[in-house]
Amino acid sequence: MGHYEAPIREAIITGDKSYHDITVDVAAPIEGKANKKWWIAFIISLVAFLWGVGAIVYTIGTGIGVWGLNNRINWAWDITNFVWWVGIGHAGTLISAVLLLFRQKWRMGINRSAEAMTIFAVVQAGLFPLIHMGRIWDGFYVLPIPNQLGSLWVNFNSPLLWDVFAISTYLSVSLVFWWTGLLPDFAMIRDRATKPFQKKIYSLVSFGWSGKAKDWQRFEEVSLVLAGLATPLVLSVHTIVSFDFATSVIPGWHSTVYPPYFVAGAVFSGFAMVQTLLLIMRKVSNLEYYITRVHIENMNKVILVTGGIVTVAYLSELFVGWYTGSSYEDFVYLSVGAATGPYWWAFWSLIICNSVIPQLFWFKKIRTNYIWTFVISIFINIGMWFERFDIIVINLSRGHLPSSWTMFSPTFVDIGIFIGTLGFFFVLFLLYARTFPVIAQAEVKSILKSTGDNYKRAREGGAPVEKTIKEVVETKAEEVISTPVEEIIADADDKDAQTNSLLNSLGAFDASTMQADDLKKVKGIGPVMEKTLNQIGIYTFAQVSKMTKKEYDLLDSITGSFPGRAERDDWAGQANKLKS
Amino acid sequence: MSSKVIHALYDDDDVLLKAVKEVKAAHHHIEEVYTPFPVHGLDKAMGLEPTRLGITAFMYGLTGLGFAVWFLNFIMIQDWPQNIGGKPSFSFAENMPAFVPVMFEMTVFFAAHLMVITFYMRSKIWPFREAENPDPRTTDDHFLMEVAVDGDEDTLASLLKGTGAVEINVKEKH
Repeated sequence: MGHYEAPIREAIITGDKSYHDITVDVAAPIEGKANKKWWIAFIISLVAFLWGVGAIVYTIGTGIGVWGLNNRINWAWDITNFVWWVGIGHAGTLISAVLLLFRQKWRMGINRSAEAMTIFAVVQAGLFPLIHMGRIWDGFYVLPIPNQLGSLWVNFNSPLLWDVFAISTYLSVSLVFWWTGLLPDFAMIRDRATKPFQKKIYSLVSFGWSGKAKDWQRFEEVSLVLAGLATPLVLSVHTIVSFDFATSVIPGWHSTVYPPYFVAGAVFSGFAMVQTLLLIMRKVSNLEYYITRVHIENMNKVILVTGGIVTVAYLSELFVGWYTGSSYEDFVYLSVGAATGPYWWAFWSLIICNSVIPQLFWFKKIRTNYIWTFVISIFINIGMWFERFDIIVINLSRGHLPSSWTMFSPTFVDIGIFIGTLGFFFVLFLLYARTFPVIAQAEVKSILKSTGDNYKRAREGGAPVEKTIKEVVETKAEEVISTPVEEIIADADDKDAQTNSLLNSLGAFDASTMQADDLKKVKGIGPVMEKTLNQIGIYTFAQVSKMTKKEYDLLDSITGSFPGRAERDDWAGQANKLKS
Repeated sequence: MSSKVIHALYDDDDVLLKAVKEVKAAHHHIEEVYTPFPVHGLDKAMGLEPTRLGITAFMYGLTGLGFAVWFLNFIMIQDWPQNIGGKPSFSFAENMPAFVPVMFEMTVFFAAHLMVITFYMRSKIWPFREAENPDPRTTDDHFLMEVAVDGDEDTLASLLKGTGAVEINVKEKH
């Protein structure tokens, strides 16, 4: 069958997963209870969000005068935040659409969350044009509808209006793309749900998806065509955002390099935000087997490329500004004047965060390291915020009339609205992480046989390619002791004997007739302990329920971790209840 | 023709694909196959026609483009032409370059949304619709083939058993 994949490609689904394992792992965060860390993060985000709501209400009630804008700098944090959030959104579409067209399988572990991030980020972005209107109740003037001014139409020559069309098309198409992909996964949650309320909700949102052959055929066609439409769409969106600046006559803004440079910058910042979110999420939601080093490294390579494009654009702007010899070009955001002027700190933040620090990803050790990646992704997020701040505020701070040169200082309202959108974004993302299938499990299942580590091992071992999961599980049971996953099984010979005697008293697990249980349901067994137990050959509640003091001690001496834990938590008693 | 169907459950996509081919070869009518994920080649094996949704998307895109041209021409050239920054507003052709972004966005908007709506209507999926998969395991790790009973029920059952089905249920057709 057509599942062959070159052995040189690393497995992107690890942990010896079967189809059912994927179902269980994706459903786990939804079916389980939120832990303390989730609640702490949620409450902090909610407070930030509420502060933002307060700041927005104050702005609308009093007027734009509560912001730090002045005569010269008449656009500042509002548009900075708008461009920053739109840019972040771009990575989601790039992952789900462009990588789909290029048939990149690694997109499947991360596309769902990246698209969620896109939608939530574009929602934040959309807030800024609305509130910066001041009189938001006149907002319908941006729509081309007949109105009471004798049908004075909107101006279709203006990039600001193009933006209205681009952003609303982008948001709505991304949403539809995302939701269509979610239908089979919602259906999976629906069919597992035991509580009536849960079942009702997931039935509603899954639109009655049944997984018929014809529906799947259409589903794949629709995904492909939507990807083909979303790819030029995402390029057009940031191109048009850059037109907001590039079609003006302000020195520093009037630049033909803006469209490609903005698009590259958007992808750059978007991938950084995906890294920031997913590196936390893979830990919190136990998705380490689906979001692997391969994913992180590939994304870092994209960051390196787009970061390089952005750096080349900076250099060309710097060179051209200097080469013109025009004194007006010596105060634009990329110039010697900016580097040494009053906004030197903003200039150098941009250069260091966006052009210098990401170069560390040239080292394989760093781009495959989770901690390094996380830290660098934060720097890029900051750097890309400064890029927009520099473009807007530094360029506006000086102009043709030196007597009006000034600086910008944000008020608490400016800061409050920005923090508020961060809070709103994380509130949405945290709710998403607990109620949505965060991995596109149907798609991941379809690539399991070509890229699951168990299947890859089986193929390399010369086994027939059509080998089914059952056979793999059986062979796994034999090779458990030799699998070097945990170093806790140190001296194999001695442990071998102990394991055998443990399994003798508990009964062996036969994958062809029995079904493995979710041992994590037993209090005291976490994902790591479950893995250890599975390695030993313990898969079911029935086996755990037979444990007595003797088996507990034996288990402790094999694993060497948490001595006495099993006995204290009474695993056997718990398993006995769960068994039925 | 009897009113019964057989639900044969499989637990592997490759086994299912082989089974579909064998059942087709034995001239039985496959009513439906429910799978938890897209199985490549299944539509061909079942003899389904290729979908025409891609073509509809193209036509919807043309509709969107046509609508955008009409709409921009009406607003900017006919109804209330204005001199904005000296940009020519006397004819559509002269002013057209400034309209390209909006024409493009509307093309994409129409193509994407109308195609998805067509997909939902054709596949009969929308909010409040009841799911039709006969077994909840078909969204997890099982594949279900629904075959119409034509002739001897036991012969068909044993044929399906021989193709590697893990479970066989005879149901009344509904």
